[in-house]
Amino acid sequence: MPAELETVERVRRIDVDQYRYGFETIIESEKAPKGLSEDIVRFISAKKDEPEWMLEWRLEAYRRWLTMQEPTWARVDYPKIDYQDLYYYSAPKQKKALASLDEVDPEILKTYEKLGIPLREQEILAGVVRPEGETDGEAPRRVAVDAVFDSVSVATTFQAELKKAGVIFMPISHALREHPDLVRKYLGTVVPTSDNFFATLNSAVFSDGSFVYVPPGVRCPMELSTYFRINERNTGQFERTLIIADKGSYVSYLEGCTAPQRDENQLHAAVVELIALDDAEIKYSTVQNWYPGNSEGKGGVYNFVTKRGDCRGKNSKISWTQVETGSAITWKYPSCILRGDNSRGEFYSIAISNGYQQVDSGTKMIHLGKNTTSRIISKGIAAGKSQNTYRGLVSAHRKATGSRNFTACDSLLIGDKCGAHTVPYVEAKNSSALFEHEATTSKISEDVLFYCVQRGLSQEEAVGLVVNGFVRDVLQQLPMEFAVEAQKLISISLEGSVG
Amino acid sequence: MSALLEVRNLQVRVEEREILHGLSLTVNKGEVHAIMGPNGSGKSTLSHVIAGKPGYEVTGGEILFKGEDLLEMDPDERAAKGVFLAFQYPVEIPGVATMTFLRTALNAQRKARGESEYSTPDFLKKVREVAASLNIPQEMLRRGVNVGFSGGEKKRNEVLQMALFEPSLCILDEMDSGLDIDALRIAADGVNALRSSERAMVVITHYQRLLNYIVPDFVHVMSKGRVVKSGGKELALELEESGYAQFEDQAA
Ligand SMILES: Nc1ncnc2c1ncn2[C@@H]1O[C@H](COP(=O)(O)OP(=O)(O)OP(=O)(O)O)[C@@H](O)[C@H]1O
Ligand SMILES: [Mg+2]
Repeated sequence: MPAELETVERVRRIDVDQYRYGFETIIESEKAPKGLSEDIVRFISAKKDEPEWMLEWRLEAYRRWLTMQEPTWARVDYPKIDYQDLYYYSAPKQKKALASLDEVDPEILKTYEKLGIPLREQEILAGVVRPEGETDGEAPRRVAVDAVFDSVSVATTFQAELKKAGVIFMPISHALREHPDLVRKYLGTVVPTSDNFFATLNSAVFSDGSFVYVPPGVRCPMELSTYFRINERNTGQFERTLIIADKGSYVSYLEGCTAPQRDENQLHAAVVELIALDDAEIKYSTVQNWYPGNSEGKGGVYNFVTKRGDCRGKNSKISWTQVETGSAITWKYPSCILRGDNSRGEFYSIAISNGYQQVDSGTKMIHLGKNTTSRIISKGIAAGKSQNTYRGLVSAHRKATGSRNFTACDSLLIGDKCGAHTVPYVEAKNSSALFEHEATTSKISEDVLFYCVQRGLSQEEAVGLVVNGFVRDVLQQLPMEFAVEAQKLISISLEGSVG
Repeated sequence: MSALLEVRNLQVRVEEREILHGLSLTVNKGEVHAIMGPNGSGKSTLSHVIAGKPGYEVTGGEILFKGEDLLEMDPDERAAKGVFLAFQYPVEIPGVATMTFLRTALNAQRKARGESEYSTPDFLKKVREVAASLNIPQEMLRRGVNVGFSGGEKKRNEVLQMALFEPSLCILDEMDSGLDIDALRIAADGVNALRSSERAMVVITHYQRLLNYIVPDFVHVMSKGRVVKSGGKELALELEESGYAQFEDQAA
């Protein structure tokens, strides 16, 4: 069945104001006491059995954090967060280390099932993935999943094959024990511990996340994927992801997130660092649909994320693709430092806000090397009473001769109670840099909607179709199976956006 | 037996201004009606109200379709029941492939009627046949809906949808505008192929020429929001000679 039809059906089935992922898994969890202190940092580090240097690293970040102020420049408005009223560690109880998925708590597996993960993953876990209708005689696409349940990774699949290729893909807590030198060499080199308030907090208390290392010349044999999920009441989720593509390697990574419905707001402050060495390429895709809050603007996730990629080597390439439909507050600027000569950064974004959601998202392309290029395609869709801001910076260093950027920011407004804003910053410190910027803002056209409705689509189906058309350029950047899911998500998140 | 479409004393306002002042029109199955009349006389308004476009306030009268109250139905419901409007100005929908659009719409209608969805091969076969008969290349169907289509291609795309959806009432609003002679003939042939005893057509046009291709059973002249004269196909020829001036007084 074509994706559009599925979308349309899915939308039909879902009530407005009903978040599909609003349920809670009852698993005994092991929690640190509320609040943040040096002792808590030590507790987390000890729980993870971390080397001494890691503890010191965390403590330094923690001390630094105490001196920092929460940033206020973004166009988002939320009640003050009481950092002492949060839990900083929560792990599903498990008796021993797990060798395979069979050993995972069935409650957790059930949660994944409700999340819809099995739509794809059941096949994947069984070892075959061939999405219907996409059999062009190609080798089947496969995805290895590292599931982060609250704070601890519970299962990693496809280890054997990755191992054969020499790819390391594991929870960062394991990598700290098994590959401490690699972690130590790269951790914090893209997003330093002192980078910003939220990144510094993350450095002090991060509980888990993924670690990927692709050795020189290796093309990672499958998509790598992680599902994050916030479950424990009042648990801040602080993942830390570190991906290194060594010389001439390639990896595609997908992060997908959902969270159960909550009345209290949930803080999420992740850090993702990408490093591409000479001739390497990293493609990082995110589908984010955390709980956005209810129709009165109550609840929802606060998402303060620092994502940055470093094109450290010549001819390297980093590409960010994001589909953001969830969270009450989004503060997120996946960026690229184009350090290596001829390196390339890309940012493809779909940010959808509905209800009372506030999105302040964009990217930074920092051109340092010669002949570096970057491309930014941003599609913002605002509906309901939401506010949607694109904030971007493109800069060229004095030595970045011949650097090029193309930016296109399009905003689509649905209804007249929402807002879309574009805040581009451009700094060129050499005259040979060529930066192009295009921006449009339009209202969804009544005539277009009527045309669709006259041909038999319901008003909501029409909005879903038009919006999916609007974001098509970006959707095409996603791996096929995720594009289909993202497309559904887009329609679902625009539920109730038309009167 | 009741008429397919029965418009009775329809009064319509747009932004506080009355545009249709008590318009009546009866269309039976198998008939082709032409509506002519000067710019601004309310022809498109009538077609929009029948199709259910928002923004029009019906202050009086009624519209019955197959004996049911059409004004009570949502526009998509009307479409599923067989009301089709070929737009005077078809819109563009960037990023939505024409093929996808056709299939989504067709299956939405079928579903609303409780019919099974078309299978992919059946659908493709049907689209190919119809497209070929209208001289529409497959490549066009892969493009965004009407995106980059010439005026003539847009109109042909409307006829394509009409053929595909098999509606019982086709309203064609100035199908001939912007078409060259050859394109007009192709589109008109497409429309004629759809004439049947089970289907009616309302053809809005300014020019007799279209009616040489699509020969109407009845011609109505609209002026200032009313039907001021009805007759056979010879009425159109008469108009070509004498223009609309003679009706202006009657309408006032
Ligand atoms: N949305 C609107 N707001 C204000 N006036 C409108 C609106 N839509 C139509 N009208 C007015 O209603 C009258 C009838 O318009 P309509 O488009 O129905 O005419 P028409 O007979 O189709 O003309 P044409 O031959 O030029 O297509 C015109 O005076 C027009 O200006
Ligand atoms: Mg008109």
